Amino acid sequence: MRFRQVGRRALLVELDGDRAVRAAYDLVRRLAGSEVELAAPVDVVPAARTVLVDGVASPERWRSALLGAWEPPDLAESSANPPADHPRAPVTIPVRYDGADLPVVAAGWGCSVDEVVRRHVTASWTVAFCGFAPGFAYCNGEPVLPDVPRRDDPRPEVPAGAVGLAGGYCGIYPTAMPGGWQLIATTTARMFDPERDPPSLLSPGDLVRFEAQP
Amino acid sequence: MSLLVEATGPLLLVQDLGRRGSAHLGVPPSGALDPAALALANRLVGNAEDAAGLEVLLGGVRLRVEDSTRVAVTGPQLGLRVAGRAAAWGSPESVRAGELIEIAAADRGLRCWVAVAGGIDVPPVLASRSTDTLSGLGPAPLHAGDRLPVGEPRDSASTAAAVIPGSSPEVISLAVTLGPREDWFTAAALEGLFSDASDDYVVSASSNRTALRLEEGHALRRRVRGELASEGLVTGAVQVPTNGQPLIFLADHPVTGGYPVVGVVDPADLARCAQARPGDRLRFRLA
Repeated sequence: MRFRQVGRRALLVELDGDRAVRAAYDLVRRLAGSEVELAAPVDVVPAARTVLVDGVASPERWRSALLGAWEPPDLAESSANPPADHPRAPVTIPVRYDGADLPVVAAGWGCSVDEVVRRHVTASWTVAFCGFAPGFAYCNGEPVLPDVPRRDDPRPEVPAGAVGLAGGYCGIYPTAMPGGWQLIATTTARMFDPERDPPSLLSPGDLVRFEAQP
Repeated sequence: MSLLVEATGPLLLVQDLGRRGSAHLGVPPSGALDPAALALANRLVGNAEDAAGLEVLLGGVRLRVEDSTRVAVTGPQLGLRVAGRAAAWGSPESVRAGELIEIAAADRGLRCWVAVAGGIDVPPVLASRSTDTLSGLGPAPLHAGDRLPVGEPRDSASTAAAVIPGSSPEVISLAVTLGPREDWFTAAALEGLFSDASDDYVVSASSNRTALRLEEGHALRRRVRGELASEGLVTGAVQVPTNGQPLIFLADHPVTGGYPVVGVVDPADLARCAQARPGDRLRFRLA
């Protein structure tokens, strides 16, 4: 756990890998409000290798509190076996594997389209972080699937519900927008709805399963 | 009570103090680009500081009130008329039913904020009435003919006195703290970022509520090659894309970004970014 200054009211916590990010994100939320100087931050934003603690009176106090309470996650423990006390049941997302880029992914992985589908649907996924657009969740797979390059020519419009792969992540477009991820499937699940609480179907730390529809 | 929009100028938006606490779901903060100016306008008309008002870009705005009320305009000093008469900027103005409020462009600066007693009462989205121009959350940008509901005025007098206008500087100077990724840049780049008048940055016409984009000045060369894994962004982050030209993220910024952030503009100086016009000169100073 390392720290970087972000202005006068925020702190960037740097970590080694997505499991440590999840543990640090949980720790920040556990410490929030535990004492006067650790009043809840305005926003806590996990990302690929970092957790941003934004809107705090004393970044320095947060730094020492996090260091004092930090226990690195056991690397031997596989994320395929999440802790039993995981607060939320996996979110199941029904998908149709009809994405236009399935052949591209298959060629990249050196396997058949059916095998791409099999690997994607049998993997268990965890939301590493959200970004890019409200409700757009970057999910890590277990077992880890090979990296997928972004498209050289991003599509001017990817429809809402499109399921894509890029880098080591799987993501679902919550609304129609331009995008460069390789599309493998579509879902009718509503990924983001401001009227819902929480508005995002997927939040950081959530477990995700995809369920193939005919 | 409602407010009829008769003319919007280049961009007229509903803004309050923004949408906080949802950044981890990918939701930008949004909100007035100068929160203190909107809060002040609200206090002038007796509203809570976080009531929704209007953010005016440049001017050219005409609003007709349907019932008698009070309004206040803050931001750079500009031409304000009520029912055709010159009215005071930065103080509560009584407006009678059917009268027209006209906001002309300021000589300097870019944005002003209009508060109406009772606040703009469009339905909140994720606990805010702000229009987020990046994600599309909140009410759409306003059009001529729109009718805006206004809330019940509080039974309270204004809690601010009239405002004394500040002076607009010739060159916008922003205090910056280094980090989080200052070590990704060469020593020469960091020196160039804080260099003197000889090579100021110039505000680009492609600037908007997402970012103030800068031209000329020093292109910042990187010491560390390779890609940065996306990480969380704060408002005021000075990000440096591959071309080396820094940009400053404003309220409608994405919650994460994949280019290194060399420093962060002091919150107190962000109001100056809200007033920066294309072509304005800008420099950074080490906080």
